Amino acid sequence: MSLQSEIGTFVAAVLNYFDTAVQQAAVVGTPYLALGKPPEVFDYTGMIRISGKRKGVVYFTAPKGMLSVMLMRMQETDMSDANLRDLVGEVANTLSGNARKDFGRNFIISTPSVVAGSSTTIGYSPDTRPIVVPIDWRAYHANLVVCLN
Amino acid sequence: MNAARPHRLMIVDDSNIMRRKIERSQELPNVEIVGSAGNGREALELHASSHPTLVTMDLTMPEMDGIECVEQLVGRDPDIRILVISALADKATAIEALEKGASGFLCKPFTERQLNDALVKLIEG
Repeated sequence: MSLQSEIGTFVAAVLNYFDTAVQQAAVVGTPYLALGKPPEVFDYTGMIRISGKRKGVVYFTAPKGMLSVMLMRMQETDMSDANLRDLVGEVANTLSGNARKDFGRNFIISTPSVVAGSSTTIGYSPDTRPIVVPIDWRAYHANLVVCLN
Repeated sequence: MNAARPHRLMIVDDSNIMRRKIERSQELPNVEIVGSAGNGREALELHASSHPTLVTMDLTMPEMDGIECVEQLVGRDPDIRILVISALADKATAIEALEKGASGFLCKPFTERQLNDALVKLIEG
């Protein structure tokens, strides 16, 4: 499986989440390589770590405003920090699920984890080049970052 | 379905928003939600006190995961019907859950209609 189709697996997971859980489609922007500086991290980030055939990290990072409106769309009235964490965790869960389904046992995928704070540094190996896939929804902007060697 | 004795549903998921989504989405008239649990261990305690007949079960949870919880619940009550609801949509995971005693599998994310259809199938066997 090529890196391009691997990235497609993660993009499909995020788009499916918006289509099914949020019931409103998101739009994928033009992917780019984050060269020179680390990709931007927003308020909440859900991530999975991958080892085996490839090593690295894949994460969905989104601003609080976007996640709050997503929760409203899902008829959730509680916009607490715990629920915002839950939401990015669920997106990361679908990244993990799609990866397990499409990649098989050559990839070992961690349990999803969540970090909060836009000043967070997501650790990744220096021999990898993060690919940033912009995810636009309504007036909001999030990033899906795929960083695999 | 028996109108006199509603099915008793327990929701097991470590995500608060998922538990609440299932509570809101469940529209079947003959299903009563008897409680929700955030992991397998809590689910076993809740089972002992509330005697559910139906369960929605997440798989990836802290303390005790869904597969182990399915096995223990079926060990206590072979008639209990468990719908596994998980983002882990690979065949091997689904087969393992069914082998341990789950009655159905629904992939996350899901719509309200998909949940209700899956619960109907669970009830009708």
